[in-house]
Amino acid sequence: MTTKDNTPAGDSPEETGNEVQAADVALDTAGGTLEPSLVPVSTQSGDTGHQQDTVLRRIVMGNGFVSLLAVFVALVLGGLLIASTDQNVAKSAGYFFARPTDFLYYLWGAMTKSYVALFQGSVFNPRQGFSPLLETMTVATPLICAGLGVALAFRAGLFNIGAQGQIIISATLGAYAGFAWHLPPVLHLIVVVVMGVIGGAAWGAIVGLLKARTGAHEVIVTIMLNYVALFLLDFLLNTAAFRRPGDNSPISPRLDESAVYPQLIPGSRLHLGFLVAVALTAGVWWLLNRSTIGFEFRAVGANPAAARTAGVNVQAATILVMAVAGALSGFGGVAQVAGTEKVLTGGVAAQIGFDAITVALLGRSTPWGTFFAGLLFGAFRAGAVQMQIQTGTPIDIVLVVQSLIVLFIAAPPLVRSIFGLNPGRKKRAKAAPKAAVATGGAK
Amino acid sequence: MTTATASKPGAAGPTTAARPSLKVPVSLGVLSLVALVFFGFFGPSKTAEMKVSEQGDAIVLPALLIPGQAGGIVLAVLLLAMAAYSIYLWTKGERSPKWLPIVFAVVFVFALLVWIVAGAREPSISLAGLIAGSVTLAVPLVFGSLSGVLCERVGVVNIAIEGQLLGGAFTAALVATVTHNAYIGLLAAAAAGALVSMVLAVFSIKYLVNQIIVGVVLNVLVSGVTGFLFGTVMAPDKELFNTPPRLDILPIPVLSDIPLIGPILFEQSVAGYLMYVAVAVVWVGLFKTRWGLRVRAVGEHPQAADTLGINVNATRFWNVTLGGAIAGIGGAIFTLVTIDSFTKEISGGRGFIALAALIFGRWNPIGAFLASLLFGFAYNLQSILGIIGTPVPSQFMAMLPYLVTIFAVAGLVGKSRPPAASGIPYVKG
Repeated sequence: MTTKDNTPAGDSPEETGNEVQAADVALDTAGGTLEPSLVPVSTQSGDTGHQQDTVLRRIVMGNGFVSLLAVFVALVLGGLLIASTDQNVAKSAGYFFARPTDFLYYLWGAMTKSYVALFQGSVFNPRQGFSPLLETMTVATPLICAGLGVALAFRAGLFNIGAQGQIIISATLGAYAGFAWHLPPVLHLIVVVVMGVIGGAAWGAIVGLLKARTGAHEVIVTIMLNYVALFLLDFLLNTAAFRRPGDNSPISPRLDESAVYPQLIPGSRLHLGFLVAVALTAGVWWLLNRSTIGFEFRAVGANPAAARTAGVNVQAATILVMAVAGALSGFGGVAQVAGTEKVLTGGVAAQIGFDAITVALLGRSTPWGTFFAGLLFGAFRAGAVQMQIQTGTPIDIVLVVQSLIVLFIAAPPLVRSIFGLNPGRKKRAKAAPKAAVATGGAK
Repeated sequence: MTTATASKPGAAGPTTAARPSLKVPVSLGVLSLVALVFFGFFGPSKTAEMKVSEQGDAIVLPALLIPGQAGGIVLAVLLLAMAAYSIYLWTKGERSPKWLPIVFAVVFVFALLVWIVAGAREPSISLAGLIAGSVTLAVPLVFGSLSGVLCERVGVVNIAIEGQLLGGAFTAALVATVTHNAYIGLLAAAAAGALVSMVLAVFSIKYLVNQIIVGVVLNVLVSGVTGFLFGTVMAPDKELFNTPPRLDILPIPVLSDIPLIGPILFEQSVAGYLMYVAVAVVWVGLFKTRWGLRVRAVGEHPQAADTLGINVNATRFWNVTLGGAIAGIGGAIFTLVTIDSFTKEISGGRGFIALAALIFGRWNPIGAFLASLLFGFAYNLQSILGIIGTPVPSQFMAMLPYLVTIFAVAGLVGKSRPPAASGIPYVKG
């Protein structure tokens, strides 16, 4: 990994002369070969040139279609898991050969019942109309922000597993500014957002700095920083500065009214943070596709050695990417404390940072893809609560479906072979890895 | 492909080869000064009492009594001496021997312990209990990190240790309860860990999905599946599905009566003894056998290994599977030894600590074992600190393994280098 190429430089910065730098580049070139793991996830599949294909085949082979199939397969598998613990299904399986229709009836019933409840809890139900959709958007807000942070890092070839820690730190700082300082209305919210975003950016920048300077692998550092952040929050919530006066449990005071995002639609929890998330999505799209910095990020992600040769300061780009990614996750943390929860607790980040990884992967690391993936997983999260109440299906099924979706999306050949869509099975299976090696290997 | 050869552990770089790095002497020096100032000059005035034997032991030794300040100064001087020796070696152009940082760490931790205990409300702890508890807590970590060693040495990054532990814990509880036999539960846990590993292997080797992604996602998947089944199967009928029998503690006669080390080494469950065996077997296997040479070749330079006729992907597949089985056994410890039933997320991030131990132990089975012991010690100290009431918040103790790992990967504590081909799928041709 890059560790090796950078370590000599990190070891003795004063001794790296010009000749060493030349050797460094040579090393890096080889290092590039060894590093398809850092190929942006978005480029992992597809685009192996099917110009002469028919329109139909292009749709069938396209990423979007495979994503849809992946979601479908994951839902079916999740449904089977639900059905496998259903008592009626188990009973009717006992006399399957006598009356197979019974079994199929109960199987279908068990599979659909939970998903119908999930849908009703997240999008539409006859009693409340579309108001569950507002809850979905609320839950999706931090997911989208943090997902963007993960996706941006992916595009620059970095695995940001640390969204969780970045959210925790930003929520902590944002919340502190929200309940400890008392400022005039608009200014207060701005200060909260800025504090939170700076916190997230700093927590991300540590990773970038360590990666750029010492070659420490960002996956390890981010995982470890997640736990450091968690314990730090736990510690702070037990100090007088953060704990609610007169309360022994680790929970902060409520944020001032002037410090929270205004409500968008009365009667729902949907807040201004959602519009911020939309703006951030557009902003990241602009950054990646229209700005010089974004181009540099992508160049570093595609091929660090080539980017260096082309005059990109790879170290600076690495630090900057992680800082921006942390800042984006920071918006997610602010959305949690200043929008949805309005207090700081030990569980403020819930699973958002980890869900964000799956969101970014499902969105193929594109900004708008991440946005819609965030909405989808937000719907899962919001609907799961309703599902558990109505049908008793544990919320954990959402984790199963979510992770299956990502697994299948990451392996398009598997999905295609499930549906018998692999025309030149052997050829295609080989083409994908070659593409990966070709983009990752700097030759 | 020159990287693999150019980045051998010894060759720090073309120009730095002449002189060993200053990192070890400098960090030892700084740490021993810190010890002198904090543990010595500002040391607590109370006397720390460390009980060596429990009441009712066959051989009862008197407790160690160490005055806080004086003890701190003596230990700090010892540390300073070691740092000075390291610096002296550096001036002669020699590297510090490998044992030096380890001995230094042990003395430093002991000084830290004296400082904490003497400063506590109740300056008395049971040293035997502390160490024995640490080993108990370290057992799952050791199995987890051994799994990581086996996977990474063959070139597959295993972020899914957490999932393997959790899967093992769940399966062990379920199967042991249903069969009323803890040993069958232990075997089932190994099978479950291997199953998780096989998914990792298939996706990363056959479908060439990024190994880190598969690992992260597998953790979520296992957490979801076990959580779901816990909610639908175990929780409603605890008697039938979630009351596993414990693995018996099997003390070895005579040997287990030795003070201090007796209860640690010779009073374990089968899984505890298995841990020592596993560490030894993996170490010998990796470094002294033909199989190990092949495994390491695949992890360092798969092309070369392939040229020599080793089936790279098959080697990877079976190694990863074996690693999963080992981690599964580690997971079984939670439900068959430590706690007597499964609860959601019972592994509680221990898989990531195991990952940290593997890195801190520099991808070496024995290193991983020692690092796991250290992290187990930190865990145990953290809970004991809460009881005896020290000024150091327990959260900072809990952070320690993670911080240490960050320092380790950043190269501040020696140099940790993963196997060259770790994380990279191998495509023939």
